[in-house]
Amino acid sequence: MSEYLIKNGFVFDPTQKINGDVKDVAIQDGKIVDKVAKPKVIDAKGMTVMAGALDIHAHVAGPKVNIGRIFRPEDKLFNETPRKGMMRSEGGFSIPTTYRTGYAYARMGYTTVMEAAMPPLFARHVHEEIRDTPIIDEGAYPVFGNNWFVLEYLKNREIENTAAYIAWLLRVTRGFAVKLVNPGGTEAWGWGLNCLQVTDPVPYFDITPEEIIKGLIEANEYLGLPHSIHLHGNNLGNPGNYTTTLDTLKLAEGYKAKNNFGRDVVMHHTHIQFHSYGGTKWADFESKAKEVADYVNRQKNISIDVGFVTLDETTTMTADGPFEHHLTELNHLKWANADVELETAAGVVPYIYSPDIFVSGVQWAVGLEIALFSKDMMRCHLTTDHPNAGPFTRYPRVLKWLMSQKARDEQIKAFKASDKVVSQSQIAEIDRELTLFEVAQMTRAGPAKVLGLSHMYGGLKPGLDADVAVYDFNPEKEHKPDEIEKAFSHVKFLWKTGTPIITDGEIISHGNKRTLWVNPKVNENPQVMRDIHDKFLKFYTVTEKNYEVTGKHFIPNPFVIEVDATR
Amino acid sequence: MQTVTLIPIAQPGLRLEVDNISPDKFAGKTAEQIAALHVYEGNTQHTMGKFFRVEGESGATAADTRIVIKGDATRLKYIGMRMTAGEILVENSTDMYTGAWMQGGKIHVKGNVDAFAATGMKGGELLIDGNAGNYLGAAYRGDWRGMQSGTIRVAGNVGSDMGYFMNGGTIIVGGNADVHVATHAEGNGKIIIKGSAKSKVGGQMVGGEIYIFGGVDVMMPTYVYRRDVDLEVDGTKAKFALFEGDTAERHPKRKGEVVYGKLYLKY
Repeated sequence: MSEYLIKNGFVFDPTQKINGDVKDVAIQDGKIVDKVAKPKVIDAKGMTVMAGALDIHAHVAGPKVNIGRIFRPEDKLFNETPRKGMMRSEGGFSIPTTYRTGYAYARMGYTTVMEAAMPPLFARHVHEEIRDTPIIDEGAYPVFGNNWFVLEYLKNREIENTAAYIAWLLRVTRGFAVKLVNPGGTEAWGWGLNCLQVTDPVPYFDITPEEIIKGLIEANEYLGLPHSIHLHGNNLGNPGNYTTTLDTLKLAEGYKAKNNFGRDVVMHHTHIQFHSYGGTKWADFESKAKEVADYVNRQKNISIDVGFVTLDETTTMTADGPFEHHLTELNHLKWANADVELETAAGVVPYIYSPDIFVSGVQWAVGLEIALFSKDMMRCHLTTDHPNAGPFTRYPRVLKWLMSQKARDEQIKAFKASDKVVSQSQIAEIDRELTLFEVAQMTRAGPAKVLGLSHMYGGLKPGLDADVAVYDFNPEKEHKPDEIEKAFSHVKFLWKTGTPIITDGEIISHGNKRTLWVNPKVNENPQVMRDIHDKFLKFYTVTEKNYEVTGKHFIPNPFVIEVDATR
Repeated sequence: MQTVTLIPIAQPGLRLEVDNISPDKFAGKTAEQIAALHVYEGNTQHTMGKFFRVEGESGATAADTRIVIKGDATRLKYIGMRMTAGEILVENSTDMYTGAWMQGGKIHVKGNVDAFAATGMKGGELLIDGNAGNYLGAAYRGDWRGMQSGTIRVAGNVGSDMGYFMNGGTIIVGGNADVHVATHAEGNGKIIIKGSAKSKVGGQMVGGEIYIFGGVDVMMPTYVYRRDVDLEVDGTKAKFALFEGDTAERHPKRKGEVVYGKLYLKY
């Protein structure tokens, strides 16, 4: 492999506490190194150099995303790019094709993305789409929060059995982490019910979200997985839900992370913007971002990603089945709903976050407030819960709002109900502007640490993977808000594991994409294996043999993270 | 107003996608520049000049430009797509998507148009002397925002699914309509059918108006007779029976009153 030397750029790397110093970055055989002998030299004078960014939560592959693509052909209308040179055709805005997904992430300097919800039964489909998404490394979180095995084991507080089941499921689905979506509530949706509080019992199983969340934290730390539990809490999207969120976050109190991956948190609460609402109904809807962010600031063993509302027409999709039904009742647009036997469910509804609608304006403010009230940006990550709060291609616009008070003021003025948005939120009073160092924490070092991948990603320390992004952005100069957005929309150069992907702004390679998965080893557990066998015979519509994700077809280039949890 | 005339000199093997035939695209261009604009045959790009002889010249703006298409246009798709002003005259029949997403100006087709004419229309005028195919003035596949504004006038018959998800504008049909009229319509659209309609008229209709002079073969069971009204509709004075529906669909309230789709049947 060739050697590269990126010279004289302004380097931002929180893992080494480098804050805009003019430095060189050297690449050799796919890794960052101290020195190179005969490199190809890239002049990055006047530009910003960072590690490749990580997206800790995005819905970019699998059946849900594909339902969105199928039932929204209008998403691709007037939004297609034909094949050109080595590049494949691209299409779509909120639910882009797999190729556009890979290209668009690379253009923004992203090199690793986590698919946020994989229904285990459809893991094969998820992996086929991941395989067809070029450039970026990807992993997928199988969903556990409404899984019958988990509900039954945790009802009896059987942590070891839960852990053994998690280990088995991660292995057969080639999954990366333990995801919970509306724990208990999605299963209750099978009865036409929901769990809006952490104490609401799940019908038939007679277990509460509280017990599921605590049990899965314990099982996750029993295994010592790289990532903590990844939680989409109960009561998403409803006025006044911040109390449920605080109740949920409090469940992590007293737990300590146990793992060999340098991870400190035991709970990652995702898209917390959707969970930080006050008021009792839409008319008195208000932001409670401060209350939630203050709690997160105090509690060092939890992390969050935001789920910024980008004020676009988008496609919502979640394993939170009851919420999607609630949404279609609100906006009367088309609705898809699916049950995944024994495991989870999903819903899909198009949604327009209009700057003319007061609630959308407050949601926009809540997202930005969460980030701007956060004190530790290593534990507060940039996402839009793509595509739920907006497409991931809007990250540069979110950065503009985070880095420029002027940009926020312009947007506030553009709201139709500007006064009401201001009175129901605190966004207008905040003068904080994030620095590039903080941006690198939110998008690089932070997510890498929380994912337990800081030995590979998130920094420019020698020995780490050579994922490097160079932006045409001079931090010493004054910038208009739109120049920030423009600079972070298109990297000038990008390397993925040492392979040049983008040179002079042009994509030149599909790279050497890897699928990350975690393989935990546990003690032999005949009871769990018998339970699995039994459930497949009794309930599943497929056999165990047709369930596992095996072979090169699904994962041509795997990267396995081994975890030894034998006792 | 300046006129550009397109005379077919070769017929494509596949259908030709000619969304560049629009006053907006022609305005300010010479005949040679127009001949150099691209057209698609399948996934292969050609120049307009391969299939047409271009005569005359365009105006400085779209509004000053008139396009005349002579000869056989039955293999031309997307004529006048997204045009905002000016005029197009087609002397014979066209293929699909004629005047799709048009926003202004006028298209006059002397023959028939195939399916999806005026899809997602936002304004302007589409005149068809012959018949229209299915999905006239309908929404694009999957979209819930159909025809918003503008006028479509068809002298002959129309196919199925006219005004699917219609939100506004007017469609006037001289002849008969096939099944599914104004399905899912919402807002203030108006459809006038001077002949008869087959069935599924106003299915899942939330708002808008349908006037039918020649009767409906099979009425939707979810429409309710309200009263008789005397009206003048496109120059015809007559007594109509007013039905409201679709009662199986949700209906919003405006100024305290429930909004229904209105179906007027001429006595």
